[in-house]
Amino acid sequence: MKVFRRSMVAGCALLLGMSAAVAQDIVAYEVVDGTIPKSLTGTPGDPVAGREVMVDRRLGNCVACHTAGVFSDQQWHGEVGPPLDGVADRWDEASLRMIIVNAKAVYDGTIMPAFYRNDGFNRVAPKFAGKTIMSAQQVEDVVAYLMTLKD
Amino acid sequence: MRTHRGTILAACAVGLLVTSGPAMADQDEMPSIDGVKIVTRVAPPEGHPLTEIISGFEFRTKETQDLELDDFTNPGFLMVEQGEEAWSTVEGSAEKSCESCHGDAAESMKGVRAAMPKWSEAAGKPQTLEQHINSCRTERMGADAWKWESDQMLGMTAYVGLQSRGMPVGVDLKQGDMQSWWEKGKEFYYTRVGQLDMACANCHENNYGNYIRADKLSQGNSNGFPTYRLKWQKMGSLHRRFKGCMDNIRADAYKRGSDEFIALETYLAWRGQGLSVETPSVRN
Ligand code: HEC
Ligand code: HEC
Repeated sequence: MKVFRRSMVAGCALLLGMSAAVAQDIVAYEVVDGTIPKSLTGTPGDPVAGREVMVDRRLGNCVACHTAGVFSDQQWHGEVGPPLDGVADRWDEASLRMIIVNAKAVYDGTIMPAFYRNDGFNRVAPKFAGKTIMSAQQVEDVVAYLMTLKD
Repeated sequence: MRTHRGTILAACAVGLLVTSGPAMADQDEMPSIDGVKIVTRVAPPEGHPLTEIISGFEFRTKETQDLELDDFTNPGFLMVEQGEEAWSTVEGSAEKSCESCHGDAAESMKGVRAAMPKWSEAAGKPQTLEQHINSCRTERMGADAWKWESDQMLGMTAYVGLQSRGMPVGVDLKQGDMQSWWEKGKEFYYTRVGQLDMACANCHENNYGNYIRADKLSQGNSNGFPTYRLKWQKMGSLHRRFKGCMDNIRADAYKRGSDEFIALETYLAWRGQGLSVETPSVRN
């Protein structure tokens, strides 16, 4: 069992942050056997909001790489990742949360971005430095929506 | 099912290799522009990471391809014409034009684009076409250097590039210290950058043929540059494209003309060897 505590990072980033963006704090979470069993926020995810995050270019932009029957209203569908139909049958909530937070912990070397990570990157554009792609609550919302994708 | 076309494509390419040997794609099926054959698929040399080297042309729609195949409809020709005019326009304190020294571009500039970037002993590094043009301007013409993405530079690189159209891309890594620039470019190509944490290879080596949102991923080859990009409504340099790809993955992009981009251009020229120069290509 590993515990990630990342508040220190925020402090360092603040020093660098004079010219770059101010770092966000990131909530500590616990990884258990490659999954994140506990909600990041304690507030239940909202699947409707989660769907919005998934199609929004500036947030999840998940449909850039994934398709699914439920996204047939979207003009374009990505082919880089597998279709998400029935993901909730393949994965439990704790695993899905891990995949969204940091897919590399599940798939070594994957192209899929880590949506809730704010350090360990190379040459991040100043505007995004020290920030996560999604907020903790948005992760919960996306997980809630994915949990509705059953065959 | 439309997922993972890249894999299928690769599998097909391997299949072709087995049945028809390294000649691979049928040369008769290659497109041609104004009677000049354009090689859009070619077998890689040994040790190359791809099973087949494919031009960005092949990943575009028929409509976009058709624009490129006819110089009258190719929107890039507006700038080619500007470049042609500038070729014989006297500028600078030496009162010379490009033509004063180089004569007919159709003769003297043939093959120049195909061999870029070229080692420069004076600069002690590889120089791109833009840099060669600017050193002529500043050192031989006594004229100002053009900005990288200026209309003048785009016009001239397109006009000079056109003189190599149909010729195979082939960078000479034996000149000077080209090899170490190739190494640097290669390292960058496989290094993940930006908040999205991706390398060039993630999209252009592992996923070509797949759609990423509205874009069908190509192998990211450089043989068509400068290119007329429909999305830009304009001609653009290769380094503009590099910056665009880095911006998209939320990386802090290097500057046009930077050593990093010169190294990357050197490496990409090697990756795309054997493809025809398509300048000015049309992409979307
Ligand atoms: C740049 C491409 C890309 C983006 C963007 C992306 N993914 Fe993925 N995703 C992948 C790939 C590729 C895989 C398969 C793992 C692998 O082989 O690397 C995957 C796997 C998954 C899986 C497991 C699927 C299964 O069937 O087992 C889930 C769930 C998932 N992604 C959800 C998401 C969500 C939700 C988002 C947006 C918040 C997202 N992805 C954004 C590329 C992407
Ligand atoms: C997130 C995916 C992604 C990444 C990472 C990426 N690109 Fe691209 N690139 C694209 C897309 C989409 C296009 C437009 C369609 C195409 O030609 O692939 C493109 C186009 C290009 C082209 C133009 C090809 C042509 O024929 O006109 C070049 C060159 C290129 N990329 C080079 C690079 C380099 C070098 C890197 C690394 C610094 C890189 N790309 C990283 C997505 C990406």
